[in-house]
Amino acid sequence: MESYICDIVVILAAMVIALRNLSKSYETAEGRLEVLRGIDLDLGAGDCVALTGESGSGKSTLLHLVAGLDRPDAGEILIGGRDISKLDDRGRAAYRRTEVGLVFQQFNLIPSLDVAANIAFHAKLAGRHDSAWENELVERLGVGTLLTRYPEQLSSGQQQRVAIGRTLAARPGLVLADEPTGNLDEANGDAVLDLMFSLSKGTGSTLLMVTHSHRLADRLDRQIHLRSGKIT
Amino acid sequence: MTISTVAAALLSHWRRQPLQLGALMLGLALATALWSGVQAVNAEARASYARAAAALDQNGLAHLVSPGGRSIPRDAFVRLRRAGWNVSPVLEGEYRFGATRLRVIGIEPLTMPAETRTVDLANAGDLLSFISPPGTMVVSPETAEKIRGQTDLALRVSDRMPDGAAFVDIGLAERLLRRDGELTRIVIAENQRPGLEPLGTFAPALSVREPTAQSDIEHLTESFHLNLTAFGFLAFAVGLFIVYSTIGLAFEQRRPTFRTLRCLGVSLSALAVLLLAELVLFALAAGAAGVIVGYLVASLLLPGVAATLEGLYGASVPGTLSLRPEWWLSGFAIAVAGTLVSSTQSLVRLMRVPLLAAAQPQKWGRSSRTGRRFQALAAAALLGLSGALILWADGLQAGFGVLGCLLLGASLLLPAVLSGFLTLMQRASSGALIMWFWADARQQLPGLSLALMALLLALAANVGVGTMVSSFRLTFVGWLDQRLAAELYVAARNELEADRLRAWLATKVESVLPISSVDTEIRGQPMQIFGVVDDPTYRKHWPLIVGLPDVWDRVASGEGVLVNEQFWRRERLRIGDQLDLASDWKSTVVGAYSDYGNPKGQVIAGIDALTSRYPQVSRLRYGLRVQPDQVADLRSSLSDEFGLPPDNIVDQAALKEQSRRIFDRTFLVTGALNTLTLGVAALAMFLSLLTLTEMRLPQLAPVWAMGVTRRDLAILEILRTLVLWLATFTTALPLGLALAWVLLAVVNVEAFGWRVPMHIFPYEWVRLGLVALAAAVVSMLIPLRRLAGLAPSELLKVFANER
Ligand SMILES: Nc1ncnc2c1ncn2[C@@H]1O[C@H](COP(=O)(O)OP(=O)(O)O)[C@@H](O)[C@H]1O
Ligand SMILES: [Mg+2]
Repeated sequence: MESYICDIVVILAAMVIALRNLSKSYETAEGRLEVLRGIDLDLGAGDCVALTGESGSGKSTLLHLVAGLDRPDAGEILIGGRDISKLDDRGRAAYRRTEVGLVFQQFNLIPSLDVAANIAFHAKLAGRHDSAWENELVERLGVGTLLTRYPEQLSSGQQQRVAIGRTLAARPGLVLADEPTGNLDEANGDAVLDLMFSLSKGTGSTLLMVTHSHRLADRLDRQIHLRSGKIT
Repeated sequence: MTISTVAAALLSHWRRQPLQLGALMLGLALATALWSGVQAVNAEARASYARAAAALDQNGLAHLVSPGGRSIPRDAFVRLRRAGWNVSPVLEGEYRFGATRLRVIGIEPLTMPAETRTVDLANAGDLLSFISPPGTMVVSPETAEKIRGQTDLALRVSDRMPDGAAFVDIGLAERLLRRDGELTRIVIAENQRPGLEPLGTFAPALSVREPTAQSDIEHLTESFHLNLTAFGFLAFAVGLFIVYSTIGLAFEQRRPTFRTLRCLGVSLSALAVLLLAELVLFALAAGAAGVIVGYLVASLLLPGVAATLEGLYGASVPGTLSLRPEWWLSGFAIAVAGTLVSSTQSLVRLMRVPLLAAAQPQKWGRSSRTGRRFQALAAAALLGLSGALILWADGLQAGFGVLGCLLLGASLLLPAVLSGFLTLMQRASSGALIMWFWADARQQLPGLSLALMALLLALAANVGVGTMVSSFRLTFVGWLDQRLAAELYVAARNELEADRLRAWLATKVESVLPISSVDTEIRGQPMQIFGVVDDPTYRKHWPLIVGLPDVWDRVASGEGVLVNEQFWRRERLRIGDQLDLASDWKSTVVGAYSDYGNPKGQVIAGIDALTSRYPQVSRLRYGLRVQPDQVADLRSSLSDEFGLPPDNIVDQAALKEQSRRIFDRTFLVTGALNTLTLGVAALAMFLSLLTLTEMRLPQLAPVWAMGVTRRDLAILEILRTLVLWLATFTTALPLGLALAWVLLAVVNVEAFGWRVPMHIFPYEWVRLGLVALAAAVVSMLIPLRRLAGLAPSELLKVFANER
């Protein structure tokens, strides 16, 4: 097994992302479903971008490809100049470990670890464990009283705060979020997002966030809209 | 809504979960099979004891016997008969035909009560040839096969005869056994003329033995059958672990269905009744399969059991199984009972949990904190109880009670022990992945703990019984070396030849050790008294466990006797105790020796003391001490000089080999049951792992997303299972040793009457560990292949919004 501790690739600069003619389809019972049909996109370092589109338009699919969780059928995903779609399983795992931070709508946390261990987990995997920074995050996110609790003992809002803390603790060059507040009520969701924006600005990460709320999208630097597998 | 619609809705679950249905049926069928297989073996053996006792001992009738186990003079019978009593004489004893020792039972066919007549002599010609010289022996076909050519007597084969015994006319028995005018017992017929004077008037020295339901052999073999039952039950319990966890999971998964049905107006009681009916239906189907498999198991086990019983107790049991209806019924009953026991908790939950509570299949089996505390308390109580039983109770039942409490207590304690171990490991580790490894193992523990408990039981039983058998074997082999000190054993065919043999041997060998014994009854137990000469062989080799420093002088002078360990323990004898060996023979106990494999009590006295009380004692057999390199020569000159058949001259090596074979066969059955139990435990583990894999995705997906490859996750998964197996195995070792200790120091002493020191066999643990490891790997294979072959999209679904 590869060592997750020594394999340190410190990304000091935020990521420049370029997608070239990216396409992805799924085999379904009704036949081939073309979800992405030639996506071209450039994101600058430190950009905060909202990805919007109808439900089923392929937002999550695109995010997964950029995160190295799945492979495209064709096209390039250039992260800092390197095409991660050409990487093998191990290479993509290393990329996720060291360069990407992910926040999903749910099931972000590791059920068997308490909040403190969850927050430190990714940073440790990436080899960038920094207690001072984690303490600061815990304080800013207001989860200091929850550190010894387990995920199933938290509310959804608390879970998402912890997930954001976990993601940012690793200081990833690229933060990808897929409707991170979809399960939260508006007030709670806004509070969580405010924290995420300011914190990722603070670390200088590039942020790509899927949302179908225009109100949220408006608060970011830029918006990208997906329709019929293309960016409009 | 009709019943059938509801039933269809409930049953559809199983169509979607064929694996679960398979697990349920398999667990139930296996549990039933192992249990009913063992029951079948026991029933068959018991039936054959009862048959033999009814035929040979006429134990359905009262008897007159002599209290000291001495012979009854024939006059007593004649007096009774004259007074009008309907009685019949029996003389029995052991007689050798070549190498075959038979129980010869002399009867008087004319007076023998009709209801006990095993021998059919209705035909006048048959009767005549039976009672007139040279006489006829009635034997079983198998016995006839063995002694054909060894005797001049005519043989009559009867299917109703048990093996190893022969009915002859009482006159012939007197000649064969050289006990002229003696009787062993007098059978009292049920129908007697009214107004007879009491029996005591005619035979004051005799006592009446009432008809017994249980034969002697049944008494002797009771412990053996209890042993089998205990291990059968263990296997059954291990199988039920599977049933219990499958039913629990299925109920939890169907909770939404239950909810829907109840919202549609199905009453709680109707739902419960339907579910109960479903379970009983499954139980009956699995029970049928189980009984069939149990029949196969029993037919596989029975020859081994028959050999064991023959070797240990001289009890003859046929090697083939007959199908008994009551056995089918008990198979179904145990399947249904097992299912109901395993589903009680689920049914109670169904009745109690509010209608709208959410289903939590991934939480099933995870106990609450109070549940865990209760479990630990119960475990402590059981362990304490087993300790108390060891200290203050005795008897075989108490011994098994100790075993039961120990095993149950330890398995209830296992989850707490493992959880403590994993917590410690998690605290001691620092790397994120390593920490997660331990934390996740701990989280999986509740779902696996039933399977791990089953595994613990199976492994501990294997270690315990293995240690017991190997310790016993080691002691036994050493004991054989002591006990079989003579280089050659020879048997003359008659007393005349024996006299010639002794004279001839006097100059040829270093010493001649006569092997003479009489069968008698001491303190109400069947006993053998052996007479020994004063010879250095005994002083050097005899396996004494306690004795005065000058035991052999005292034995030789007729002043004292030795007793075997089983009699010593059973009667709680002490050195210096007096024994009534015969009416005119009292002697002092001066020591005790180990005598493994012999169910009966035994006394060793000086040969002169024995022959003076029993002048008729047979003096046919001898042990010969010679230099080992002369054995072959002596053997051939013996057969040249006396024309003795090969079976009558046995050398030490052959005898030892034979004893060892009997020994090994004795524990074959327990070994087989143990292996089966381990197999069932491995199956339980496999099924639990398979079930858990389905629920593992939400636990694994985040770790994968954060950059751990699926391959590494699979490796961690293997390691995690192995760690749990290994921890369970490690726990099983001390438990198994405790088990072995109880078996050796409590159960065996009660069951067989001897105590063997415990030895430790680490090599056997390694072997068992490897077997368990192989089973572990096999149990992981399928779940693991699923995991390693998981498509990213399946993992991604965990995070998908649609969930
Ligand atoms: N693993 C998969 N197999 C088949 N179809 C899929 C799979 N994942 C997503 N889809 C389909 O692809 C389309 C795009 O899905 P997704 O990217 O999740 O959309 P969005 O996130 O924009 O709602 C949907 O129609 C969805 O049903
Ligand atoms: Mg989506």
